Amino acid sequence: MRAKIRSVIENNLNVFDSDVEFSDDDNIFRKGFVDSLFAVQLLDYLEQEFRIKISSQDLNIDNFYSVNRIISFVEEKRRQDGGTSA
Amino acid sequence: MNIDLDDRQRGIVDEAAEFARTVLAPRAQENDEKGVFPREVLKQMAERGYLGATVPQEYGGLGLDPVAYGLLVAAIESGDCAASRLLTVHVALVAEAILKCASTEQIREWIPRLARGETICAFALTEPDHGSDAAGIQTAYTVHGDEFRLNGRKRWITFSGIADLLLVIARNEETVSAFLIESATEGVRIIPQRGLMAGKACHISEVVLEDVVVSKKNMIGQPGQGFTYVVNAALDHGRYSIAWSGVGLAEAAVDAMVSYAKKRSQFGAKIGTFQLVREMIAEAVARVYAAKSLCLRAGETRRAGKPDSIIESTIAKHFAAGAAFRTACDAVQIHGGNGFSNEYPVERYMREAKVLEIIEGTAQIQQMVISMHGLRRFGRG
Repeated sequence: MRAKIRSVIENNLNVFDSDVEFSDDDNIFRKGFVDSLFAVQLLDYLEQEFRIKISSQDLNIDNFYSVNRIISFVEEKRRQDGGTSA
Repeated sequence: MNIDLDDRQRGIVDEAAEFARTVLAPRAQENDEKGVFPREVLKQMAERGYLGATVPQEYGGLGLDPVAYGLLVAAIESGDCAASRLLTVHVALVAEAILKCASTEQIREWIPRLARGETICAFALTEPDHGSDAAGIQTAYTVHGDEFRLNGRKRWITFSGIADLLLVIARNEETVSAFLIESATEGVRIIPQRGLMAGKACHISEVVLEDVVVSKKNMIGQPGQGFTYVVNAALDHGRYSIAWSGVGLAEAAVDAMVSYAKKRSQFGAKIGTFQLVREMIAEAVARVYAAKSLCLRAGETRRAGKPDSIIESTIAKHFAAGAAFRTACDAVQIHGGNGFSNEYPVERYMREAKVLEIIEGTAQIQQMVISMHGLRRFGRG
């Protein structure tokens, strides 16, 4: 899961320096690695890739601002939803 | 072009095309001149379910998928741009944002009324000093227990002149949130904007908010998520809707230019036989095909729920809006002097097509987004 999430972020980076790196705890929005459109795009990706249902109550950037936050969110949703592994 | 639609949706789209041809198109010029979108036409659109086009059937909507919705918008646009703009605002911007970001209780309260057309909506984001720079809006809200108080001024709010419900974006310092506010609420003033080049029948107005008190239950989405989720989700749907408007307008312009070129004679021959006129027709037809293909591609991506749907819709919107404007300009050109007269629809098409390159993100904003996509996607070798 970590590799997939890092990959989707890397494919949507707003910076072109090939040396740029972000840690799994970096706030990718605040640091300007991605723009706010990516926040909406990420929802579709997570729902499709990890077969979870994201509700309106989940739509808080605190759930999605770093790799580790996203992983925690997906794992929690899977526990709640009884989702299947991707 | 083979388009995958079930019989129910195909029937709705076909009926919409007939409605546009027989009801909308004959009145579009008059509506434009009077600056009014007739209530009776709005009522007919509501009765046909168009105001709940993409709303799930369980909430009283037609439940159209993205491709069917797009075809519906294009059909309506070819009859009357104002009617199509109502769909973009009411369905794509507001209803979709509510469906995506609101609580179940809020959805149950509002969506059936929107779908039936009992409540007409407008999307209040833009301000006098903040258009493309939407994140910089100044309309402010303060928190007072379980209530909010809003102050500010919105501008260019399509259909706010007749809307019952406004989806308003406001900020509390760095926190941007979204609110549903009924137009009749004390402190809300609607001021029609006059002297516009296009969108004259779209009841475009300013919305002034003076100490407007809003209940906590009318905040859409989480506090502080108004821009990230509500605005971005709404504008994504809005861009997709406008992309299809571009297709519908370009198709109408091609129809008009070809019809005229077949009838009009100069130098003893129909002007459609002249090579330079045919060059314009050829380019117009190719643009319509390309724009529709991009919109269908975006629609299929949306139907499949793929993350690329946002960029696909952006590319489709950018191309289709430009295609509509260039095609409408050439339609005027082929009409010659008659193209300047409102006895022919092409002068209206040209004015309305220009709008498509500005609303839901200017062409230049789309270019910024598309170029970023290109810089990521290509040249990796």
